[in-house]
Amino acid sequence: MKLPTFPGGIHPPDNKATTAAKAIVACPLPGELIVPMLQHIGAPAECSVTVGQQVAKGEQIGTAVGPVSVAIHAPTSGEVIAIESRPHPVGRPLPAVVIRPDGDERWHEELQENDPDRQSPDELRRLLQQAGIVGLGGATFPTHIKLSPPADRPINALIINGVECEPYLTGDHRLMLEQGATIVDGILILSKILAVDRVILAIEDNKLDAIDTMRKLCADTPIKVQPLPVKYPQGAEKQLIEAITGRQVPSGKLPMDCGAVVQNVGTAAAISVAVRQGRPLVERITTVTGSGVRTPQNLKVAIGTPLAHLIEQCGGLSDDPGKIILGGPMMGNTQMSLEVPVIRGTSGLLVLRHQEISIKKPGPCIRCGQCVKVCPIHLQPTVIALCARLGLVEKADTYNALDCIECGCCTYQCPATLPLVQSIREIKGAIMEHKRKH
Amino acid sequence: MLAAVACLGGIGLVAATALGIAAKKFAVEVDPKEAAILAALPGVNCGACGEPGCSGYARAVAEGRLAPNLCPPGGQQTTEALAAILGIKVTVKEPAVAVVICQGGDDLARQKYHYLGLEDCNAAQKLAGGPKVCPGGCLGLGSCVRACLFGAITITADHLAVIDRNKCTGCEQCLKACPRQVMIMAPKAITTHVLCNSHDKGGEVRKYCQIGCIGCNICKKIAPEAYTVEKFLARVNYTQADDAALAIAKCPMKCIRDIAHPPVS
Repeated sequence: MKLPTFPGGIHPPDNKATTAAKAIVACPLPGELIVPMLQHIGAPAECSVTVGQQVAKGEQIGTAVGPVSVAIHAPTSGEVIAIESRPHPVGRPLPAVVIRPDGDERWHEELQENDPDRQSPDELRRLLQQAGIVGLGGATFPTHIKLSPPADRPINALIINGVECEPYLTGDHRLMLEQGATIVDGILILSKILAVDRVILAIEDNKLDAIDTMRKLCADTPIKVQPLPVKYPQGAEKQLIEAITGRQVPSGKLPMDCGAVVQNVGTAAAISVAVRQGRPLVERITTVTGSGVRTPQNLKVAIGTPLAHLIEQCGGLSDDPGKIILGGPMMGNTQMSLEVPVIRGTSGLLVLRHQEISIKKPGPCIRCGQCVKVCPIHLQPTVIALCARLGLVEKADTYNALDCIECGCCTYQCPATLPLVQSIREIKGAIMEHKRKH
Repeated sequence: MLAAVACLGGIGLVAATALGIAAKKFAVEVDPKEAAILAALPGVNCGACGEPGCSGYARAVAEGRLAPNLCPPGGQQTTEALAAILGIKVTVKEPAVAVVICQGGDDLARQKYHYLGLEDCNAAQKLAGGPKVCPGGCLGLGSCVRACLFGAITITADHLAVIDRNKCTGCEQCLKACPRQVMIMAPKAITTHVLCNSHDKGGEVRKYCQIGCIGCNICKKIAPEAYTVEKFLARVNYTQADDAALAIAKCPMKCIRDIAHPPVS
């Protein structure tokens, strides 16, 4: 049977074999944890502790500000030693709470276990916001917002994203193999909140063991496990919806506009833990990988652990590290400091060696159309990039530049090695500014 | 043959008459002054006057909305020509040129990271505030070069923008294109400038640049009238710059320079 997929996309070497067979290892706590107040899309949390205060693991240290925001919690018990701006994955210093762990790992007493069957969807949503649950695939969009569709947009498909299409990353894969039952429980809580019957767990068929495991675990549930052919960016929300349901999210609209909600498997597991055990999101699975680290591993890391500590746990850097990327190689952010901490969206830490980095000078566009062919949302990257170069803001808007998901397929494919995504990102910023003014 | 000639000739005659009448009847009245002004303008459409182009400025001057001395590329000549057309007296503005106030090229200023992306300063500036550690230093990716309509800017091998003072007309387009405000406008007659754009404290500047202003006030002690030091950065006071050159030799960071007469190295 032909497996469903989306149009366009690319097949980069996945390099997952390095860590795919390695079980998740708990990373020991570092000397200090740097917990930024901004770890999600939306308003940063407001710090609610003072310097010198003793905090327990899971105690709230940042309060959600407004609806699109979530709480931040202490990743371990210890003392707050500073509240100041520290390096952040976005590239500039942002406010953070610095905690010196006391090593006790003492959980906060007020955390309560809950029975999801006895709670209303609204109570569960509030619980998720309080537990700081955000999309763990990398985008860190607050989960409670995604689970609150307006009444005029009924949801009839809940898609659970176990695709993990970014090369190198294996965290979700290991999570499905090792904590499948927790994921299934989280999915059932999600389907209860949304009152959806159609629940699909999507997994790419380069993870056959995960497909088997999850099929067994989902046997007596309404969850259907759907294998998908390997293709990047299949794990992107809109592409996954198209692959599974055949529906396209309209331009400028949200997945809920076509009746679908997508949640990552990591998020599902975090939801189960948050609801059943009352434990907020204070740790995540991060794949530390690439030929630039000596022993790549899948680590369970406390939020706020500096990258230098992760690398130390993985045997240190190899001889000629060239580039450090948070996330995967396609959409991750390059970092310039190892003082940056792991945050909720840090799915991977990839270190490439010098020889692996492309430093070719971009040549002229030869109009080969490769970028158009691979664009998963049917844009014309070359034309939009041309508009960007010429400063044609309104023209770029007519080519729907704002719909670009910045997946990087066009840049990957371009034989002239043009930085297409960067050009498009530039013009997107200009379009938004133009729209604000007019 | 004859029929064809007559036919085509007839059509031509009718069309010519119709067009002739239409041209008279629907003629747009143009102020002869406006046309004369437009002819006297340089026609580069740089936008320095604040209007979209030369014809917009010509209309604005003819209607009296804008003064006739706002065309930097035209300079003295154009201002006088415009004043003659309007039959008024205007003061010619002192010509100004853009000055790049940074000398921290690749060999002298530290970089946070190696930038490999789009050759555009505005794009680079968005990636963690640009590759240079200095928050004000020239990124040298040429956004100003592309903005300059007169070909007056080049980028050196060390990635610094250099302005040709003879070609620069003072239209200020490069100032708008630069994300770090590393260009300033200064009177063309004054050639001594403090070539630094960092307001950081001296200790900070020393960490990332070998040729940046540390705010030591030595120049101000030598020529109190000619210099002002604000937020750890010296600037030449262009209205009283007579003594500015005295401080060139004394600047410990060598960031005061006479840009028209560079030292022989």
